[in-house]
Amino acid sequence: MADQQIKSEISGNVWKILKAPGDPVAEEEAVMILESMKMEIPVMAPRDGVVASITVAEGETVAEDQVLATLRG
Amino acid sequence: MFAKVLVANRGAVAARVIRALRGLGVRSVAVYSEADAGAPYLAEADEAHAIGPAPARDSYLNQDRLLQVAALAGADAVHPGYGFLSENAGFARRVEAAGLTFIGPSPRWIEAMGEKTSARALMASHGMPMAAGSGLLGAEDAAAEAARIGYPVLVKPAAGGGGIGMLAAADEAALLAAVERSRAMATRSFASTQVYLEKLVLRPRHVEFQMLGDRHGQMRHLFERDCSVQRRHQKVIEESPAPGVDATPMAERAATILAQLGYDNIGTVEMLLGADGAFSFLEMNTRLQVEHAVTEMVTGVDLVAAMIRLAAGARLEDVLPAEITVQGHAIEARVYAEDPVRFLPSPGPLTRFRPPAASATLRVETGYREGMVVTPHYDPLLAKVIAHAPTRDGAIAALGEALAGFEVQGLKCNIAFIQRVLASDAFRAGRVHTGLAQELP
Repeated sequence: MADQQIKSEISGNVWKILKAPGDPVAEEEAVMILESMKMEIPVMAPRDGVVASITVAEGETVAEDQVLATLRG
Repeated sequence: MFAKVLVANRGAVAARVIRALRGLGVRSVAVYSEADAGAPYLAEADEAHAIGPAPARDSYLNQDRLLQVAALAGADAVHPGYGFLSENAGFARRVEAAGLTFIGPSPRWIEAMGEKTSARALMASHGMPMAAGSGLLGAEDAAAEAARIGYPVLVKPAAGGGGIGMLAAADEAALLAAVERSRAMATRSFASTQVYLEKLVLRPRHVEFQMLGDRHGQMRHLFERDCSVQRRHQKVIEESPAPGVDATPMAERAATILAQLGYDNIGTVEMLLGADGAFSFLEMNTRLQVEHAVTEMVTGVDLVAAMIRLAAGARLEDVLPAEITVQGHAIEARVYAEDPVRFLPSPGPLTRFRPPAASATLRVETGYREGMVVTPHYDPLLAKVIAHAPTRDGAIAALGEALAGFEVQGLKCNIAFIQRVLASDAFRAGRVHTGLAQELP
């Protein structure tokens, strides 16, 4: 199956990255937590798989629709 | 009374405090980050000082810079507003060490109420009603603790955030599964396996009590606010009085407890009200609340002016009228920059921003004006709209009408959501609870 992109639903900042490339994740498991307007927004894996890449860093500003990570498997 | 006060905040609350200071004949010092240069509240102040870049840690949370500006401006007190440093005991201590007055309760009270488990223990020891809970769970004691507390219970990660890993359990089988799953989620998300239990209050209401105390041992309550309509555990609609419940005995009890403790300025006792009519303590906020205007409209008391005068040493009987009653009904709506369906934050430009016109029965508090950009650095509050009427039905109608005329373009805002709540049968009948927003048709 092709890698699947996980995109940001909001503009804000990357508060905490919880997974690294190679980590297995379950559907609805948090990959990272974004922060915007004092709200913490968990970014969930859309399905079971393995994290192929994390394309942002903690503290980075992200825009809506920006790719945050990719998922394999 | 103070001669000059630094307002360590931004936006609507800074404007509100500056207005109170002007009414008291006190000069005001505003501060602003790079993102807030040119914001409307700055023009209200007697002077304004830049304090740093947009991120809050570099500006509104930058204690060194704030104290430097206070000294430079010759302020003799600091008002923290709400949010930012308002509940930071270390900052309050530094303000006092610099020879200035921190406008709020004494630092020891900020500290005592800031650590939530010790605040609960302190309040419980003085007779505050409390829902049962456990300490951190060991490997074997989940079932025994849950049996002692009584089902249903909520399993919560101790190092939580974002609601991750909070799971309800109605019986022992569900509990053991929930503890295991919550520990796994907490381990993956927070690198901690620690979880604890709380009694789950079903369909609770959030009812809170406004308190005012002086530095001379006097304490009074200004009745309650019902803040049950929430999303993401943040309030959206607040009202006073709480519909369909006589909360005054609980308000009096809370005031008695705080008087015993010697609490000495403004504060709010937040409680859950269960379907069985039982109150249980949540936490105490040692500051002015966002929703203070609701209480001001029904009681006629200016809470901001009162807390300033009390911090300056005034006695409660000189600040408050001898008798305070609730006149009519007030409802506040928080207009947030967010998606009205999924409640995700929506910073952006305010290409059009036309709040309704204020009147004697409609208050509008905002830190924005058309053409400004709402940044992701601060909270999503665009405006507070508060309607006051002789009856609850009248206040609902007036608020709905005001919001219908509130034009916002350029970003997403939650006015459509607020209107759905106001129009719902459950809200109109006063059948409010903290899950109401999720149950709307």
